[in-house]
Amino acid sequence: MSMKLTTREVAGVTILDLSGKITLGEGGATLRDEVRKLVSEGKKKIVLNLGEVNYIDSSGLGELVSAYTAVKNAGGELKLLNLTSKVRDLLVITKLVTVFDVKDDEASAVSAFA
Amino acid sequence: MTLESDLANVDSVEAKAEQLARDGGFDEDTSSQIAMVAREAVINAILHGNKKDLRKYVQCSFELNEESLKICIADEGTGLDPDSVPDPLAPENILRSSGRGIFLMRAIMDEVHFHQLDPGTEIEMIKHRVKKELSA
Repeated sequence: MSMKLTTREVAGVTILDLSGKITLGEGGATLRDEVRKLVSEGKKKIVLNLGEVNYIDSSGLGELVSAYTAVKNAGGELKLLNLTSKVRDLLVITKLVTVFDVKDDEASAVSAFA
Repeated sequence: MTLESDLANVDSVEAKAEQLARDGGFDEDTSSQIAMVAREAVINAILHGNKKDLRKYVQCSFELNEESLKICIADEGTGLDPDSVPDPLAPENILRSSGRGIFLMRAIMDEVHFHQLDPGTEIEMIKHRVKKELSA
């Protein structure tokens, strides 16, 4: 299943609900374009909800990193929410879990922004 | 299995690898990871090895025996020095948006070997079956 992405606002935080695959050619570009658009609109508090992402590869991990750096370079923060075991395993293997602020529930993710 | 250097072909390798992993008794998560690294290897072969040249092919072979699952992916490129690939865990590389494919292969599979061909590179990946899975 290709990636689907919807965007919503909760208490000034932009939450991107992602589902499906984030892989080379499937979802990566969609995520990149959406994050760039949000940054250009001045959105600086962004959460990627990965609860329905059932598959990610090295290109998808790269897209998460690109999203993180794009938001950070604009002076914002990007957090990850609801990692599936498959995604969490790869973030642990690649030590990216030490880079991202990962939350397990939406309320905590939203309130964690300064 | 012989593939043209077209990314549309990677799904078939991934599916084959996952089916063999399941046939070999690996659990769902491990089978998914084995399939993922097979996909990574084919993508590398097409993009970095053959540079999407449709005149060049990717050879894929699979072997499931009592001991292990072996997946070999070969391209017709100019060769690869795996030692030249930067360590993606190094602090200076951790925020790079690429360069994790070979690392994931090594992390997920039990053995990864690179063989220089003339021309090209073959990557041989082996995952050992455990005794519990053998007796299942």
